[in-house]
Amino acid sequence: MIRLFGILIGLFFAVMALWAFGTGLGTVISDGQLKEATAEHEFHLHPRDAELASDGAFGKWDLAQLQRGFQVYKEVCSACHSLKFVAFRDLAALGYSEAEVKAIAAGFQVPGVDPNTGEATTRPGLPTDYFPSPYPNAVAAAAANNNAIPPDLSLMTKARHDGSNYVYSLLTGYRNVDTFSIDGKKVKEEFPEFATPPNTHFNPYFANLNIAMAPPLTADGQVTYAEGQPAPTVDQMARDVAAFLTWTAEPKKVKRTQVGWPVLGFLLFATILAWMAKNQVWAAIKPKKAKVVQG
Amino acid sequence: MSFPWAQQYQPVNPFMRWMDEKLPLPRLVYNAIGGGYPVPRNLNYMWNFGVLAGFCLVLQIVTGIVLAMHYASNATVAFASTEHIMRDVNWGWMLRYAHANGASAFFAVIYLHIFRGFFYSSYKAPREMVWLLGVTIFLLMMATGFMGYVLPWGQMSFWGAKVITGLFGAIPVVGEPIQIWLLGGYAPDNAALNRFFSLHYLLPFVIAGAVILHIWALHLTGSSNPTGVEVKGESDTIPFHPYYTAKDGFGLGVFLLIYCAVLFFGPNMFGHPDNYIEANPLSTPAHIVPEWYFWPFYAILRAFTVDLHIPFTSIVIIEAKLLGVLAMFSAILLWFFLPWLDKGPVRSGHYRPLFRKFFWFGLIPAMLVLFWCGGAPAEEPYVMLSQIATAYYFLHFLVVLPIVSMIERPEPLPYSITEAVLGEDKDAVLGENAEPVGV
Amino acid sequence: MADTTGDAIPGTVTVDDDGIRRRDFINVAAIAAAGVGGVSVLLPLISQMAPSADVLAESSTEVDTAAIEPGQAIKAVFRKQPLFVRRLTPQEIQIANAVDVGSLRDPQTLEERTKEGHADLLITMGVCTHLGCVPLGAAEGEPRGEFGGYFCPCHGSHYDTAARIRKGPAPKNLEVPEYEFTSDTVVKVG
Repeated sequence: MIRLFGILIGLFFAVMALWAFGTGLGTVISDGQLKEATAEHEFHLHPRDAELASDGAFGKWDLAQLQRGFQVYKEVCSACHSLKFVAFRDLAALGYSEAEVKAIAAGFQVPGVDPNTGEATTRPGLPTDYFPSPYPNAVAAAAANNNAIPPDLSLMTKARHDGSNYVYSLLTGYRNVDTFSIDGKKVKEEFPEFATPPNTHFNPYFANLNIAMAPPLTADGQVTYAEGQPAPTVDQMARDVAAFLTWTAEPKKVKRTQVGWPVLGFLLFATILAWMAKNQVWAAIKPKKAKVVQG
Repeated sequence: MSFPWAQQYQPVNPFMRWMDEKLPLPRLVYNAIGGGYPVPRNLNYMWNFGVLAGFCLVLQIVTGIVLAMHYASNATVAFASTEHIMRDVNWGWMLRYAHANGASAFFAVIYLHIFRGFFYSSYKAPREMVWLLGVTIFLLMMATGFMGYVLPWGQMSFWGAKVITGLFGAIPVVGEPIQIWLLGGYAPDNAALNRFFSLHYLLPFVIAGAVILHIWALHLTGSSNPTGVEVKGESDTIPFHPYYTAKDGFGLGVFLLIYCAVLFFGPNMFGHPDNYIEANPLSTPAHIVPEWYFWPFYAILRAFTVDLHIPFTSIVIIEAKLLGVLAMFSAILLWFFLPWLDKGPVRSGHYRPLFRKFFWFGLIPAMLVLFWCGGAPAEEPYVMLSQIATAYYFLHFLVVLPIVSMIERPEPLPYSITEAVLGEDKDAVLGENAEPVGV
Repeated sequence: MADTTGDAIPGTVTVDDDGIRRRDFINVAAIAAAGVGGVSVLLPLISQMAPSADVLAESSTEVDTAAIEPGQAIKAVFRKQPLFVRRLTPQEIQIANAVDVGSLRDPQTLEERTKEGHADLLITMGVCTHLGCVPLGAAEGEPRGEFGGYFCPCHGSHYDTAARIRKGPAPKNLEVPEYEFTSDTVVKVG
């Protein structure tokens, strides 16, 4: 009885799934293609490699680069983007001394309370404070940016596929939509309908190719690096800020791999021991090789 | 229970003798996973996954309890408290990654455990109850995993909660009230997050209880084995300890190597970047995908794109949405009926030529396709592929299996487990005086 | 019932042999490795309960003492606990110094409890050393106990003008935290 019901139910679902398949197949045949080609699909680029020191299983923080990246964030990005999960005290990990951290913190105004009147006001930051948001709230952020709220950057490199390289590529990826081409195919010729709406900017590394953010790094030397540091080209600044945001997204990243290697080494050792112990235990009852099957 | 020749627990010192009299817990353990549990001597490495699943459950409970010490289940701070764990709590990053990837490891192990059961027909009599409890555990795990994924309150958390509770909205008439009741509101928010946290903390202990019943039921019949031939005599078995504790110990080492490689070198490999964006009820991610372990069932859900209607009319009998939900739940619930759908007398796939072909060239590819398509965006060719695979999935369990089990001519079975291991040997002392036991 | 005393498993080697054999060594080593692994897993599980980085970062507080008049006290917060900062009047200092230190339960002079050059600035935790209540006496109008310092209403501990325990169940003087003057008036506690 169960089997009879089973067969009926199974046939029902199978027929319905195949019916849906047939309908889909009919659409594909009548359209002559699997899915409609879109500019977003054809002209979207995968991120280029930012070649950060922290990449890979043996990565290390390049503290000088992280400090440069922080400088870029502070002087460029922080005008619009918050970094709300990072506290000033965390910057000690970038190689700043306690006094330097204090000075950096004091350079930011954070929300505070007037001790005499109780009114909301701002005060210089302390190391225990978190990076303040440039806008008092989301409405203000939207209003100041044509309704596109600048996202918080703390976790940006983990919140996008291949995030570190994505940030680097995006910052250096603004192109002229009229001339942009891949393999000789121009986006404007392949997709004449494709347009970059007002207040957006063409960037093939962005998911839908039109990003609301205006190019933030526009000229070499926009940020002045300390002496002995690489020249602040747009490419260099983009790499540096990508490195910095890799750190803000996962400050424990290097520690993670550094802990990982000894753990794997120990486990390998223990597993080999366990394998030998297992063989010892089983040796007593394992049939002699010659006896197997031929018997 | 156990076989008559099972070793008896022998307390070694006065304290243990006293303990054995007052509370025979050591005896219970000895009989469950010690020398007192006789196990077929021919288990292969596919039999490691039960112990590994038990390990994963303990791993998840331990790391979970620890994480709950730092997590705050309030929609305004849940995401920040997760980041607090990642940044400020001592070893918090490791504990959270261990828990998140522990869920993936748990499901990977469970899927292998289940498919071991499919191939060797572990569900067949006399082990139906073991199987039913196992499917129950799997369902509980899915509920626990889903609710756990909501807790960090990222974009995928939020939209996953919305979409999955939306499945209940497909039920005619009562669906929408049920959905609102489940969430405690019109969209996921504090009420939903708090109850998910509460249940996420509770369910693992329910699972632990179900696991005890699962092992209890298993011990009544004894473990199955790769030949599918029941134990006939003492020579067919060896004590669980030290033989299988040693083998499981090695298996655990291999498991931990893979698990820790992911934990330390690719902890976000199985996650989705969107879940590092805080939940935003006003913006849906481009592709909502659940965690990978739900993909096959998510693919089945999405495969039903056509209403059941009377052809050449517009009279709809069942809407596509409801059909998908029914199919998804049926896809798991039908596992409960496997012991009665597959009535073939032979258990092991090794001796079932026709079944074996359908297993390797039908079910496994279909499952792989469903895994692949469930994680892909809902566009062609994934939808069409998943429709074929879905059709085969239902045909396999509900049509192929019952028919094959009726018409198949199995290959000859070995007389006993011992014979399968040592070869047929007239001189062998083993099996000579053996009598079939129990069953 | 099976015979359980000998080797119940056909073919197993008895383990009663004398001397250390290779197989024993490997088994012991494998179990020891598992033990080492198990114990090292405890480290993160235990240390996660210790104060996290954000809590540790708040473990120092700066207090500006400029506005405190003699005879006044303010309550600050240090490690999420009240901190009493009191500017003593000359009379209070005199009373404190007049006490025979040897007669005290927790013998300490006022000098030992203040910084050189700031003998009038008494900085103590506002945590009774008995069971952790907050003593009264820091705010205007609160009872200051029989010895004119602080009074803990929970179990009746009286502290004198140097915040030393004089009467009641508390075993110790109010704790003086570690602090230093970063300027003439600003104190960094912790």
